[in-house]
Amino acid sequence: MQAVRDFSHYVRAAGSGLSHIDLAVEGVHCAGCMSKIERGLSAIPDVTLARVNLTNRRVALEWREGALDPVRFIDQLAELGYKAYPFETESAEAAEAEQSRFLLRCLGVAAFATMNVMMLSVPIWSGNVSDMIPEQRDFFHWLSALIALPAAAYTGQPFFKSAYQALRTRNVNMDVPISLGVMLALGMSLVETIHHAEHAYFDAAIMLLTFLLVGRYLDQNMRRRTRAVAGNLAALKAETATKFVGHGEIAEVPIAAIRPGDIVLLRPGERCAVDGTVIEGRSEIDQSLITGETVHVSAARDTAVYAGSINISGTLRIRVSAASEGTLLADISRLLDNALQARSRYVRLADRASRLYAPLVHATALLTMIGWVLLGASWHDAIVTAIAVLIITCPCALGLAIPTVQTVAAGAMFRAGVLLNSGDAIERLAEVDRIIFDKTGTLTLPELDVVNSAAIPPDVFELAGRLALASHHPVAAAVARASNARTPLPGVVEEPGQGVLAFVDGEEVRLGRPAFCGADQLANEILIGDPEVSAVAFSRGNARYVFAVRQRLRDDARAMMAGLEMRGIAVEIVSGDREPAVRAAAQSLGICEWRAGVTPADKIARIEELKQQGFKVMMVGDGLNDAPALAAAHVSMSLISAAHLSQATADLVFLGKPLAPVVAGIDFSRKALGLMRQNLWLAVGYNFLAVPIAIAGFVTPLIAALAMSGSSLLVMLNALRARLVAQRRP
Amino acid sequence: MEVLVILVPLALGLGLAGLLGFLWSLKSGQYDDLDGAAWRAIADDEP
Repeated sequence: MQAVRDFSHYVRAAGSGLSHIDLAVEGVHCAGCMSKIERGLSAIPDVTLARVNLTNRRVALEWREGALDPVRFIDQLAELGYKAYPFETESAEAAEAEQSRFLLRCLGVAAFATMNVMMLSVPIWSGNVSDMIPEQRDFFHWLSALIALPAAAYTGQPFFKSAYQALRTRNVNMDVPISLGVMLALGMSLVETIHHAEHAYFDAAIMLLTFLLVGRYLDQNMRRRTRAVAGNLAALKAETATKFVGHGEIAEVPIAAIRPGDIVLLRPGERCAVDGTVIEGRSEIDQSLITGETVHVSAARDTAVYAGSINISGTLRIRVSAASEGTLLADISRLLDNALQARSRYVRLADRASRLYAPLVHATALLTMIGWVLLGASWHDAIVTAIAVLIITCPCALGLAIPTVQTVAAGAMFRAGVLLNSGDAIERLAEVDRIIFDKTGTLTLPELDVVNSAAIPPDVFELAGRLALASHHPVAAAVARASNARTPLPGVVEEPGQGVLAFVDGEEVRLGRPAFCGADQLANEILIGDPEVSAVAFSRGNARYVFAVRQRLRDDARAMMAGLEMRGIAVEIVSGDREPAVRAAAQSLGICEWRAGVTPADKIARIEELKQQGFKVMMVGDGLNDAPALAAAHVSMSLISAAHLSQATADLVFLGKPLAPVVAGIDFSRKALGLMRQNLWLAVGYNFLAVPIAIAGFVTPLIAALAMSGSSLLVMLNALRARLVAQRRP
Repeated sequence: MEVLVILVPLALGLGLAGLLGFLWSLKSGQYDDLDGAAWRAIADDEP
């Protein structure tokens, strides 16, 4: 039953008789790939646009409406050696892209204004010590005001908005002193200009905004990149469902196109992508992704099935109750909400710094003003000096100190295979001293593996593999994978719930349940030796063989444990799986702390217990059942193969089969946190050197400009060190 | 100093032209794929 692939859901009308589709493409790395793909796709007649975006690894395609089927592009790319799948921009990603453009526009305007105000300021500075006439100075000040005031009103929006929001909730963040400093500096400069004064600070205010916008833009770009990669991976998983359209006809449609009330077909070996109830058929389903329990559950009419479960033996018809984004156990999403609220109580390093910094700075300015008045200065001079203190201490470098380190560290972590989902994850990851691992799919590989391959003759193994290729059953798939078989046997008959059989040179070969192949006794011997394995039998004529199939630990799991121990991090396993399986994994990894048969609520309880004891807990997991625990932990990591939900709640996501990114992530974030602290001290220290000068009333706009750009450059250069982490071999 | 009457508007005009150029390039999506643009510059021309 080969269903038709239907991608019409993703096609958009691009106007003037053109259709548009975005494809996520895997494995595009260089200019060679780029031109190969663009040429390959442009060669198809009626294609009007084929453009690769190397940053987010996507291809935009346009063609004359109705002339082509999008399936053609996917097949063409497959021929060129690239895996591709249609991509639908999530609303969150679109909003980030828009925000990023807005910041870049602000940055452009601010940079333009800074350059022009500087062009006017430098003659004033040099004119003040030579022969500039006051009228000329006033003219230049007015011109500066004309440029700086509208520019600051536009480009300051990100800061003013954020400061307003913080103040409304009776909080202080870094944007409060920034906004106050900018507004006071501009206001005072305007008043001074009206009074024909010698100094105006238009240049300092607008330069401050420019530097800060650089920091904001870098920060935003880092998050956008991660989101794009995560979005591509979600698209490339190519989750489809087989939907009934009309009478008995089926079509393979993307999950996004499924609506509640639809009826879908779930064949053996397929992963269910929707929540629903069985209306016809009988089968066993594997719900390990949802419950962590590896024992299969039987499903019949009226059984509820959830997204993420795998159908094992029979074909099921399912009426969809929730599709796409609604597919969650109500219980899990409730737990998740609670846990996420707890997470938001974490205060970022930058905000903690500004809570200390802002009152201190404002108090200093106030004392300066009172001091000067008491010493007999005029109110005008006292206020001008106080504002100069605010300008000189304005946290320009403070605003750059953390985003620059985050950006450099995120880039380095990206190359090490770790993606950041939230900006402050680095700070939290660096503090971790305890890690809780989920077992299934995290410490073990998600696919099953044949463990007794040495005991089976190679020719038999290959034949069994070729036979197994015909079956969708996960255990058979494991045999096929382990044998590296490529060509399926012809004329294979599947006995539902039993196995597959075929004829080779007139001899019957069977693969399936031990009873189906008459190999019960052999299977029992293996099962007694290791109760965790699934036995699958193979028979050829009178010869009988049994494959032992089970989950295997990831290759570098042991090395990672050693690496974590060396860094002083304690490890435990908390799994929803049965006790013997968890114990076996814990023993072979040398972990003494483990818990088995744990429910999602109990996982959270365990995390809370450790938090009470003062541990900073990281949760590493992948299953749907881990999502609330991932959100509850101090920081969380999730595998890219994980279910959507757990990726959305995890702070960091890592790629590929090895677990090494866990250790690399910790190393990079520890280094980065050190640099962030160092940068904060550098920025504060640099600014405070200038404070006595400001209090004394000797600050000129030139000194303010030098202090600001000097300290900003210093923290930016220091941030570049975040990519240098000595790779300690465990 | 009468030269300022020409020089100042000229300088501001040039700056403004630069800014408009930047805004145009932003609007036409030239910053959407910075990695790709770096490579396209050295790629062979289409035959």
